[in-house]
Amino acid sequence: MEKKTCLYDRHVALGALMSPFGGFIMPIQYSNITDEHNAVRTACGVFDVSHMGEVRITGPDAERYVQHIFTNDVAGAPVGQIYYGMMLYPNGGTVDDLLVYKMGENDFFLVINAANIDKDVAWMKEHTAGFDIKLDHQSDFYGQLAVQGPEAEAVVEEVLGIPCSELKFYTAKTATAPYASPATVPDGSPSGIIISRTGYTGEDGFEIYGSHEFTQQAWDKLIASGRCKPCGLGCRDTLRFEVGLPLYGDELSADISPVMAGLSMFCKLDKPEFIGKEALAEQKANGVAQKLVGIELADKAIPRHGYPVLNMEGEQVGEVTTGYHCLSVDKSVCMALVKSDYAKLDTPLQVQIRKKVFEGKVVKKKFYDKHYKK
Amino acid sequence: MAKFEEGLRYSESHEYIRVEGEYGYIGISDYAQHALGNVVYVDMPEVDDEVTAGEEFGAVESVKAASDLISPVSGTVVEVNEALEDKPELLNEDAFANWIIKVQLSDPSELDNLMDVEAYKAHCNE
Repeated sequence: MEKKTCLYDRHVALGALMSPFGGFIMPIQYSNITDEHNAVRTACGVFDVSHMGEVRITGPDAERYVQHIFTNDVAGAPVGQIYYGMMLYPNGGTVDDLLVYKMGENDFFLVINAANIDKDVAWMKEHTAGFDIKLDHQSDFYGQLAVQGPEAEAVVEEVLGIPCSELKFYTAKTATAPYASPATVPDGSPSGIIISRTGYTGEDGFEIYGSHEFTQQAWDKLIASGRCKPCGLGCRDTLRFEVGLPLYGDELSADISPVMAGLSMFCKLDKPEFIGKEALAEQKANGVAQKLVGIELADKAIPRHGYPVLNMEGEQVGEVTTGYHCLSVDKSVCMALVKSDYAKLDTPLQVQIRKKVFEGKVVKKKFYDKHYKK
Repeated sequence: MAKFEEGLRYSESHEYIRVEGEYGYIGISDYAQHALGNVVYVDMPEVDDEVTAGEEFGAVESVKAASDLISPVSGTVVEVNEALEDKPELLNEDAFANWIIKVQLSDPSELDNLMDVEAYKAHCNE
């Protein structure tokens, strides 16, 4: 039985196509994926991303604990700074990719993927021995909206009444809104609204965490304003894909390490230690058997997750992780995990699509340029 | 609301066939194009390919997913709708006017296994 977010009834009322994703029943599209995709690229869209999980880590050893389970380096970070990185198994496989918000000294807010909430929380709890911390799983408390697109800043300030123009890329702050009562997380840890200049679309935008009451009020204001198109997970995937952002389950998994996925820059091997560090160092030193690449096809046929990638002799050398007919550049492209010998740019490769084989070549994993406001 | 057209035969997998003499025009129903959303690519067989009732002969791709095309009858492809190569969205505009393949039927009795419009409407409402 899938869970519902606090906006479920609103999605149904808007006529959204609802489908299971990550243990939740989520809106895939309201009108159609192409229009919603283009709204985010050219104006503004709002996504219900309340399915994402939240964990708060506080206590005297909070920073040392985050450093232990997380690949990026949060040591001495300024309050409000956000880091992208992974939690890894000792063998370098990926438990999840996540954002870590530094909300205060020894106070961190971790945002994890919906499909991995139970696994991640169990993993975090297994690794608390020797750390004086308080770990609060707050996924049931927080709703989350992502307001994305070139007009997002104006929409958040003018429609939601939350000042955000001063927020730099990958920073966060707490906020209040007059139309939502101040809420307290049940366990009493610091709460209220958290807003960050982050997203998963390659556009400027904000992610806003708050109580269900706040999330509902904010959603209603955004939709009523007419300045912000409701957008489903369908276009969230096309948007993140064409700017080369990974999705756990496709481009990262227990079998796909950040080194294989080309995400080493988010794994700081100069940190004293973190779980999986030795395995990653070994992979960096000796190379990996498979790497994630981009492939552009000459034809319009669309490569999909799981389709075989072949060399020019017709032997299978990999598999598609995500593919689309890319909406912003009108090309059929995919990300694929291939044997490392075939990962060089311009290497000719083929993708088997049903019974036919289509020629292509290795290209950069970014099919469309990001437009962040930094 | 999906549209339904009289006089066609329909399969459970939402293909239709319009029979004219020994030939049949095969496409997807309006209900199917609606469920798929924006069609961005149609994978079609080639002229002279054989198709078999109940077997896949191509696919319709929306942004999100590929959906197999299942032939409602057996026969030989005599024509493919080349307009769909450049304008796959024609399927969204009018699924019944824009057939996908024209087939010479090898066993017209197979048509008896398909639904008429009333039965198909009921199938879509299940």
